[in-house]
Amino acid sequence: MKLYISEGNPHCLKVVAAVELTLVQCDVQCVNHEERVVPFLSRPALPALLLPSGGHLFSSNAICQYLFETSGRKPNPLINQWLEWETTELQPALLQALHMAVLQGKATEASKILQGPLSYLDQCLSKGTTPCLTEESVSVVDVVLWGALHPFLSDSSSSPALGEWKCVQAWFERLAGEKACQAAVLKVLPGKGLEVLKPFVQRQPAPASSQRRDPQSCNSTASEAEDAVRVVSEEEMEAAALTWSRGLTACTEPPEKPHPILPQEGRRNLLLTSALPYVNNVPHLGNIIGCVLSADVFARYGRLRGWNVLYVCGTDEYGTATENKAREEGLTPQQICDKYHAVHAEIYSWFQVDFDFFGRTTTPKQTEIAQDIFWRLHERGFLLEDTVEQLRCEGCRRFLADRFVEGGCPHCSYPEARGDQCDKCGKLINAVELKNPLCKVCSKTPIIQSSKHLFLDLPKLESQLEQWLDKSTAAGDWTPNAKQITRSWLRDGLKPRCITRDLKWGTPVPHPDFKDKVFYVWFDAPIGYLSITANYTDQWEKWWKNPEQVELYNFMAKDNVPFHSVVFPSSLLGAQDNYTLVNHLVATEYLNYEDTKFSKSRGVGVFGDMAKDTGVPSDVWRFYLLYVRPEGQDSAFSWADMALKNNSELLNNLGNFINRAGMFVTKFFEGCVPAMELLAEDKTLLAQVGWELRQYISLMDKVKIRDGLKHILNISRHGNQYIQVNEPWKKIKGGDQDRQRAGTVTGVSVNIACLLSVLLQPYIPTTSRTIREQLNAPAACVSTMLHAGGSFVCSLPAGHAIGTVSPLFQKLEADQIEALKKKFGGQQAQKVAPDAAAAAAPVAVNDGAVVSAADPERAKQLMQAVAEQGDKVRVLKGQKAEKAAITLEVNKLLDLKKQLALAEGKSAEPTAPQKGKKK
Amino acid sequence: MALKELSSLEKFLGLKKHNKYSTQGDNKVPVLQSNNGPMVGLLTVCSHLVNEAKRPELLGTSTEHRAMVHQWLEYRVTKVDGCTREEAKTVLKDLNLYLQDKVYLAGNCFTLADALMYYGLHPLVVDLAVHEKEHYVNVTRWFDHLQHYPRLRHHLCPVVVLRNRVYISGHH
Repeated sequence: MKLYISEGNPHCLKVVAAVELTLVQCDVQCVNHEERVVPFLSRPALPALLLPSGGHLFSSNAICQYLFETSGRKPNPLINQWLEWETTELQPALLQALHMAVLQGKATEASKILQGPLSYLDQCLSKGTTPCLTEESVSVVDVVLWGALHPFLSDSSSSPALGEWKCVQAWFERLAGEKACQAAVLKVLPGKGLEVLKPFVQRQPAPASSQRRDPQSCNSTASEAEDAVRVVSEEEMEAAALTWSRGLTACTEPPEKPHPILPQEGRRNLLLTSALPYVNNVPHLGNIIGCVLSADVFARYGRLRGWNVLYVCGTDEYGTATENKAREEGLTPQQICDKYHAVHAEIYSWFQVDFDFFGRTTTPKQTEIAQDIFWRLHERGFLLEDTVEQLRCEGCRRFLADRFVEGGCPHCSYPEARGDQCDKCGKLINAVELKNPLCKVCSKTPIIQSSKHLFLDLPKLESQLEQWLDKSTAAGDWTPNAKQITRSWLRDGLKPRCITRDLKWGTPVPHPDFKDKVFYVWFDAPIGYLSITANYTDQWEKWWKNPEQVELYNFMAKDNVPFHSVVFPSSLLGAQDNYTLVNHLVATEYLNYEDTKFSKSRGVGVFGDMAKDTGVPSDVWRFYLLYVRPEGQDSAFSWADMALKNNSELLNNLGNFINRAGMFVTKFFEGCVPAMELLAEDKTLLAQVGWELRQYISLMDKVKIRDGLKHILNISRHGNQYIQVNEPWKKIKGGDQDRQRAGTVTGVSVNIACLLSVLLQPYIPTTSRTIREQLNAPAACVSTMLHAGGSFVCSLPAGHAIGTVSPLFQKLEADQIEALKKKFGGQQAQKVAPDAAAAAAPVAVNDGAVVSAADPERAKQLMQAVAEQGDKVRVLKGQKAEKAAITLEVNKLLDLKKQLALAEGKSAEPTAPQKGKKK
Repeated sequence: MALKELSSLEKFLGLKKHNKYSTQGDNKVPVLQSNNGPMVGLLTVCSHLVNEAKRPELLGTSTEHRAMVHQWLEYRVTKVDGCTREEAKTVLKDLNLYLQDKVYLAGNCFTLADALMYYGLHPLVVDLAVHEKEHYVNVTRWFDHLQHYPRLRHHLCPVVVLRNRVYISGHH
């Protein structure tokens, strides 16, 4: 038998004491907190006992009871009841208390949380007739409770109130005297006090009732708990007051954007790109937050910081998918591109994405630059020629592009790998290596045919690439996932990569031996960044062949990383033309929709073109998407959460504060900012706000967009609290001193509102402008406050006249959100998806009903028809029409409803609701 | 919820006499007044019912078996009850892996742990879409087995489980 424990884990205390006490033979091994001993649990669980049978026990109480029973003690109901109390009542309280005491340093409050359980324990002990909880001698219950309480009761600083519980004290001292317990403490909790528990507590999920916990824990950050306690020192207060008094520096209006924007000597020149969206798909929210919106926020922020920013993007238009779409719609590929390019441009403009240029890849510049890079690589011997075996579908009579074939991954055996990459292990695949390949269009097995192709000789470029990567990742801001994905690629070794394809719709390969081929999209598409810039300005090389002056930021979702960190840089390095290579690679994780993935084919999720039909303003969409930006881990879009964040953060926190500050100026001071006499309390606030501002800047400089937003919200939280405590609406009715106080509080608040408008500009530009208009804020406030490390100055001095103040946000009502949730699929809509059903329809369900193919499009039409028919029937009934006529129409209605049910993938039987079924 | 579960368990155990339960606290912890004083907590009460019905094998037949049953009962009340959507995913994922090579949660026979886990997981499984049920295929198999276990289901609606896989491809 083997027992795994880790140091500083209070649960291990019980089991080690139990081993010592029962003398059961068992090999104790100390492992790291993160060690996953129990193979089937995704979170590490310690202690864990490996049983002789090979099974695992991962519950400390089950382990203790097992040890006690093995040593011959019989279990009894009373023991069970105590153990259940320990896990369900005591442990949650303890976890919360540990969290407060260890991570937040609030020992007194922590001991308050334990009052309830301790008093219960004390009562039971005082009523009992034995010195121990269930019998004369120490039982499993005593060991378990002692172990649980030890961290608190043994630490005098955290248990000032133990004196109240005399019986608990006596019981605890008795157990602490046991040799077994002492040995366990030595082994598990060496060192003093609660500090030793810190690594353990940090790994536990934050307990429910501490802090404001996001209802969706996947979207909350670990740092939230740490924000709360920050003590402001005397020096900080004085420094903040000094900064404040400096006021705005004389500064001219920020200049209009010049055209073209070109790198300038002596300035930070930032070139921003976001992954080029593929033209024939309407982007979903995940695409939008992953690249264009994130880059937009950073571009706006950079411009506010006074950097010289050029932000380019465009649609990626070549490839088979476009060809196919064209065939489907009966248009030429070019017409398809024109049509969808416009759709993309319109969506991004609705989301207020402020590109300096939004281009496309199907331009003469693209051909020119791509072919130039190709020839340079060819001349320098970085291209290889080889015959390739390719999959060809006889049914569809064409070579299958990677995305049109699917099969088992040759690396990890994942059964649904795509032809170019496996979604599971992320490795690149040559389509012919797939096990059991299937054509995705007709599901036939394709045959292998050979054809001559060109390859980029990555192995030859590998050492150069590695040298450059070492430098770039060390100096730049690469997100951890970008670094990790790149590292794993290099670790596996690079292989030559095919850059040509047997297609028509693409950039033609200029080499005479390959004249019927085009460039493979991943060789071609990133060159789009260059050609799009070239379409913006003839002097594009000042950006792209200027690594000395230009810093390049690439924004994308994580699936795009290898092409930007390995493949494309290798092309550019091999071309040897002093290209600007990526300095900062910013990759997001994935955004899910409710509990599932976005799916165009199933109509699940919100797509770019639908967002504006929801009636929710663009700014609110931006705010929420940025609030749940998948930074560091996957996150999820949820309607309920969006409503909650809109109502709690935008409306009640931010909007409420800014509006109140403005209204006080309007109502109490005739629209002019009153004179301010700063007291210690005001200076504390200035220091707190200044600190949040500096955090915001340091995070945003590192492109931590979501974390930056949290600090903005903290500022308005501080502000709300400040107004709440000082009650200017009461003081204004008081004596001179009170009126003076009301003035100061109002003045400081309205200045914070002004600061907020600046910080919000990258996130919610329209609202930001509205606030500045309402406050009549001077333009110089932007550059002053975001200059250098950031300084919170008084930008609306006494006497400044503000404009008309009105509310900024609206509440999202529950029924409105419910309706939207229904409309966009989410949970209930697609129980059976059309593509799946088409493959296997009709599907017999084991209770005998038959589910046939669901069809959301048709369902929509039918829903309309049902509504119309329903109206018709009502009108007829209202007119007291003939019974036969009514029956006729009613039958039609019933028939329509039946069809609708079918189209929605439900059983066509009249659906009597199943009893008790939860929705 | 817990009370319905207790009455279903009484029926399953074939207890003639139906007990009256009360609850205590915000979490509505079930309480049963017995001759030996109040029994507090779902697991405590359920174990008591099992003993009343003279079915001690449902709590495990050996020391190791009893510890396993104990562990999964505890898992049910600490991890499954009141879990958030995210936590639910972890629970399903872990159980799916655990049940890969097992018919029942503890040992080779049906125990109280299976019964209570079935009751506890029901609200989670009801909400799963077809493709999610396929994803948690071992949980689904176990669940389907349990819901057809004689006299166990009672207060819960049956959950439809497809026998053949609908999702051949992973792109949904």
